[in-house]
Parts: sequence; C-alpha cells; structure tokens
Amino acid sequence: MSTQVEERGDGVRVYRNDPNLPPIAVEEPHTITPKGKLLFGLIGLLGAIGWAMIALVRGENVNAVWFVVAAICTYIIAFRFYARLIEYKVLQPRDTRMTPAEEFENGKDFMPTDRRILFGHHFAAVAGAGPLVGPVLAAQMGYLPGTMWIIIGVVFAGAVQDYMVMHMSIRRRGRSLGQMARDELGPVGGWAAILGVLTIMIILIAVLGIVVIGALAESPWGVFSVGLTIPIALFMGVYLRYIRPGAVNEVSLIGVALLILAILAGGWVHEHDTLSQTFTLSKETLAWLLIAYGFCAAVLPVWLLLAPRDYLSTFMKVGTIALLALGILIARPVVKMPAVTEFASTGTGPAFAGSLFPFLFITIACGALSGFHALISSGTTPKLIEKESQARMIGYGSMLTESFVAVMAMVAAVSIDQHIYFAMNAPAGLTGGTPETAAAYTNGLGLVGPGGAALANIDPALLSQAATDVGEKSIISRTGGAPTLAFGMSEVMSAFGGAGMKAFWYHFAVMFEALFILTTVDAGTRVARFMFSDAIGNLPGLGKFKDPSWRVGAWICSLIVVAGWGSILLMGVRDPLGGIYTLFPLFGIANQLLAAIALAVVTTILIKQGKAKWAWIPGIPLAWDLLVTLTASYQKIFSDVPAIGYFANHDKFVAAKEGGKILAPAKTMEDMDKVIRNTTIQGWLSIIYAVLVIIVVLAALAVMLKALRSGGLPTSEAEDVPSKIFAPRLFLPTKAEQDVLDEWKEAGLDPTPVGAHHG
Amino acid sequence: MTLLDMSRSLRWFWSGVTGADAYDRYCAHLQRVHPGCPLPTKSDFWREKYAEMERNPKSRCC
Repeated sequence: MSTQVEERGDGVRVYRNDPNLPPIAVEEPHTITPKGKLLFGLIGLLGAIGWAMIALVRGENVNAVWFVVAAICTYIIAFRFYARLIEYKVLQPRDTRMTPAEEFENGKDFMPTDRRILFGHHFAAVAGAGPLVGPVLAAQMGYLPGTMWIIIGVVFAGAVQDYMVMHMSIRRRGRSLGQMARDELGPVGGWAAILGVLTIMIILIAVLGIVVIGALAESPWGVFSVGLTIPIALFMGVYLRYIRPGAVNEVSLIGVALLILAILAGGWVHEHDTLSQTFTLSKETLAWLLIAYGFCAAVLPVWLLLAPRDYLSTFMKVGTIALLALGILIARPVVKMPAVTEFASTGTGPAFAGSLFPFLFITIACGALSGFHALISSGTTPKLIEKESQARMIGYGSMLTESFVAVMAMVAAVSIDQHIYFAMNAPAGLTGGTPETAAAYTNGLGLVGPGGAALANIDPALLSQAATDVGEKSIISRTGGAPTLAFGMSEVMSAFGGAGMKAFWYHFAVMFEALFILTTVDAGTRVARFMFSDAIGNLPGLGKFKDPSWRVGAWICSLIVVAGWGSILLMGVRDPLGGIYTLFPLFGIANQLLAAIALAVVTTILIKQGKAKWAWIPGIPLAWDLLVTLTASYQKIFSDVPAIGYFANHDKFVAAKEGGKILAPAKTMEDMDKVIRNTTIQGWLSIIYAVLVIIVVLAALAVMLKALRSGGLPTSEAEDVPSKIFAPRLFLPTKAEQDVLDEWKEAGLDPTPVGAHHG
Repeated sequence: MTLLDMSRSLRWFWSGVTGADAYDRYCAHLQRVHPGCPLPTKSDFWREKYAEMERNPKSRCC
C-alpha cells in the first residue's frame, strides 16, 4: 500500500494510504495570512506591554494581572512560532504513519485517545506540587528574576524537552526515557541514566515529604483534615470495588464532598481544647507517620488507596488551579515584593542559600524545565496519541500550562506582605519562633517596597493576627513553600466569601498540596521499588525479584526504598538548619540533571539523523542546564562559604565541635553531630548526581562525535506503518481538516473508530 | 449549543481525563476488533485494570 497525495489548492495537500478511504493526513502551507499577521501582531504588542509593566515600569503599584497578560501572550507567540518551527524544520511529524496507539491498539494502555482528552490527561500527569513550591521560595529574590525564568525557560527549555521527548518516544513504539537512553547512548550511558532516575526519585520523595510536613507540623487543623483523606480514599476504594464498580465520577464527587467536610471538621478540631492537643504533632512524629504511611500505601492493593486518591487528586488539581486563576483575575492583587531584592546578589536569602546564578534556576525547576516530565512524555502519552502532529499541542502545550500554574504561584507569593513572607520562610534558627523575635528579625532585614521606599516596622501582633486569621497557632518559620502558597491563596481567594473564609481557603490549599504529595510518595515508592527489584533481579541468585507478583520480594524492596527516602526525610526534619534550606537545592539539582539526561538523548538522536543544523534547539537548553546544575553542584561540593558548600559547613561544625563550641543554629552537641552527619551525606549525594550526569553527557558526546564524523548513524526509530485514521492536530480543526472530517462523515465512517467520540 | 449538549461534552471530557470511561472504551474496542469475543463484566474489568496498575506502576510528577 503506497501513500497517494492530492493537491487541493492554496498549498493544501491531503494524503491517503487506502484509495477507498477518505484522507488520513492534511498538510497545510506554513505561511501566515494577513489576518493572522494582524492577530499575532496584536497579541505580541499586548505581551510587550505586559512585560514593560512588570520589568520596566515597576513603580509602587504593579498589578498582578500584568503577570498573567505577559505570560499568556508569550505562550501564544511561542506556541504559534517557535513550536511550529520545531515541528516543520526539526521533528517533521508524518501523519501518514501509525502512532504506537494505533499500531498496537489493545483497548487498554495502547489506544488512540481524543487529543483534547489526552491534553487534560497529560497535564494532570505532569502537574503536581513542584510548580507551586519552587516559585514561592524563589520569590525571596524578587518577582522579576523568577517570573522571567519561568516564562523564558518554559519556551526555550521545558516545553522543548517535553515535546521532543514525546515525539521521539512516539517514533520508538512508546519506549521510556531509560530505554531510549540505552538504545541511543549505549549500555554505559543507559545504565547511568537508569541509576540516575532511581536515585533522583528517592530524593524527590524525601523533599516533597519535608514540604508536606512543613505544612502540617504544629497544625491540628491540617493534620486532622489531611489524615481524614486516608479513610475517605479507603471508602472510595471499597465503594468502587464492591458497591458500584467503575462509577469513577460518582465516587469522586462523593469523595470531594467528604473532603470539604473534612476541612470544615478540621476547624472544629482546631477550636477544641483536647482534640487540638491530640492532633498537634511535631515534625519528627509526622516524619515517622509519613514513613509508615509510605510503606503501607506501597504494599496495599492499588484499588484500595492509590487509585481512589488519584481521582481525588485530579479533581482537586484542576478545580484549585481554575479557582486560583479566577481568584487572581477577580482580586487583581497588587505586588508587594520589589522586582529584585538584595538577596539576588548577596545570596544570603533565608529560604534557600546562594545567589541568583545558579540557584534561582534550580529552585524553580518544575514550571520552567522539569526533567521528570521526560518520564511521562515518554512511555505513557505516546501510547495514547492519535497522530504524530498532535505532540505539539499535547507536549509543548501542556508544559506551557504548567508554567502558567507556576506564574500563579509566584503571584500568590509576591502579593503577601513582605514581613509575613520572610517570617514564614526563614528557618526557626533565624526567626526564633515567636512573634516578638520574628518581628525583630524581619524589621532588621531592611526590607523595601516595590518602589524602593523602606517598609515600616511591624508590631509582633501583626504576625499573631495573621496566624489567627488562617486558623493556625503560628505562621512563623513555616518553611517549605506550601504554607506560604496556602497563605497567598487564602488572600487571593478571599475574593470568594470574604476575609471570614481565609482559614477555610488556607486549609483547602494545604489539603490539595498534601493530596498531590501523598500520591507522589505512594506512586514514586512503587516505581522505585519496581526499578530496584528489576535491577537486583539481574544479579545471579536473585532472579526471583524480577517477578512482580512475588509478595515477599515486593515487601523487601518496598522496605529498602522507604528506608532510602525515609532516612533523608528524617535527616531533613531533624536538621537544625531546616530541611528545606539544605535539601531543596539538592531536589532542584536532581530534577534538572534528569532534564540534562533527557536533552542529551534528544540532541544525540537529532545528530544521528543528520539534523546537526538544528541541534542547537535542544542543545542550547542542554548547555544552559548543564552550566546551571554543574555550577550549583560544584558550589555545593567545593564552596568554602559554609552557607553554600556542604563540606565547608561540615568542616566548620567539626572544627567547632573539636573546640567544644556549639554553633547556631544548633543548640546542643547532639545537634552539632546531626549537622556534621547530614552535611556529609548531602555532599556525597551531590557528588553522585554530578558524576552520573557527567557520564551520561560524555557518552552522548561520544555518540554525537561518531555520528558527525560518519554523517549520521541509524537510530532505533521504528519503521513506518501506514495509518488508517484521521484526526486534527490542534484543539479546533482548520478549514482543510474540517473538509476531511466532513468527507469521513459523508462516507458514513468514523475517522477514529476508537472509543466514544464527540464534537 | 444547548445546556444539555454542554453538560454532555463536559462529562465526556472529564470521564476521558480521569479514565472513568475505560470499560466502555474497552468493550467498544473488543466489539470492533474481535467481534464475537465475550465481553468481561464491569467488575472483572476494573479488577484486572487495577491488577495491571499493580504490575506496572506509573510515576506521578512532582
């Protein structure tokens, strides 16, 4: 069967693989109509005004709506022009070719899925707590550097990575990033990549655990309502299995209603004398509870806990993001943070250490460039996509949407009073933990407003009142980003229901972040266990571990994985420096190093295919990412400033201990030992990540050189199989695509005969 | 577009995103590709689906 081309005038071509069927692909000219030129010109102009308002005009009253305008206009222009350039010149999707979804359709994990649904599905899989936390911490350097990195980073790095990885996985029967690395870079690079993914997963779970503990510690309201999500999920699981199998939407609505009740009940617990004491838990207790939970959740059946909580999480995710966007448009908050604070250059900010370059770029990973997305973009989504050309909308488009979530998190953080922001985000060693000491601390920071005028000193009562308003005992040193985001959201959302609703919205936000994170803890533990048992199953005598249905093996491996992240989690919560302050950079480095692996694989494939001319498109973000992460790793390992270098800090505490002194923020000799031990482990983790990535990149460079010398090399791309289905490429069909859809309709045929179609 | 159409579209979209329509889609697939093949019961299908998730865990993002 050969492909037939038909010219339809105006540069439109349609393709048929079967002469008896309507066309299965439409090709349209790349030129832009005069009407389009005008439209995109206006969007560009509006975006430029938005950027000018936040970057140049600044002034005392920058409205947060300009952030939204600048972001959305930039996304539209990038999607229309840059992503299109990548499509036409670099990836060149062929819609005459079957995607893995069509070729291996089995009605389950391989199945062509409507592009609009798949967009939602992919977005729900990639967006989590990350884009909400990083920007909040980065706000300590002012609103401008973080916002610029989120928007420019996504256009040239994050969305490019997601899109290219997705395209290349589609061409390789939906292979995962790890498999592609092994196929394209050879065994050494491939194994280093798989080991990298496994260790990165461990640190990811631990840091997200610290974030959720930061939001729940000393908060009876939070502990009670988040704790109730477990019985709610168990109830949903039993309901779905024994009462109404498959009634997913019905049970999700019941679950969401119960969640709202759980939040309201938390308020009652907060007021109650005895109960509020029962549910006031320390960080360490919570860490042990989370470890126990992580183990149980990973060995319990999926249907009982993981699957139902996933439904809840999806509902809350989409609902909250939509509410937040609406809240920002209605409340139109005024930015309280200056464009750039002095912490950008001094590197002495309280939320995380280090100066703008490189630490801002690793603190904001998700939302600008997130290596983890490469794991979703390869493997899962390619097995569901109808047409190769839809990867632009789904891969590039979903990442733009996640970036927008990060911009909203930034807006929520920078519209908080600066005194409150810094009192919440500085470790207890700096604030002293009471309203009086915290007010003295923030008054001593010399804070200035967006216009440069010094801020008036605050009274400690302001901090106590802020805590009372959101139903917490204290908001001081609630590090980790989640409480700050919840606080910012409660202010934005008080557009709905007034100031009296603040406590509800605060705990609503805490609840939804906790839901995401618990799902990631559970799913991440399972994935890491799977990878781990697969890896040790290769050792002689341990082959039995490869069998996933062997319960004993699953238990042993779960225990090992939980012990891995659990020990880092405990290290973080016991750390006198504050777990987020020391570990968040490691999390950012790990995530960005995964991006380096993904971009290295993608660049290698382009060069092998003889497209070296276009290798700069993934090559520049790769070089930038390596520069950022390796500089950060270098500073974390070799810096002699104790606040930045893990080993420098280690030496400082060892020297003090030998002299019999106790250094702040440690309070006892035991604390001193903790700092000494933790800094060693953190230093070695930095070394391991950096070495793994250097191995992968060197392996990739070797293959690239070989390919350049021989003018291209074969890749693992699967051969063409002619497609039999048709689907438009973007949300709305173009005129030419609509004509083809009509032809299918007239022939009495369904262009994609899979699943219930619509619209 | 009437209100009924809109609510139907929303339901179609949402069921697709959460995967609530998995059983219907699987049955449609079987009837089209393997006509005559017996359809699993709803309860068996979902049991198998969760068992499959157990065997092949999927990562969530940060």
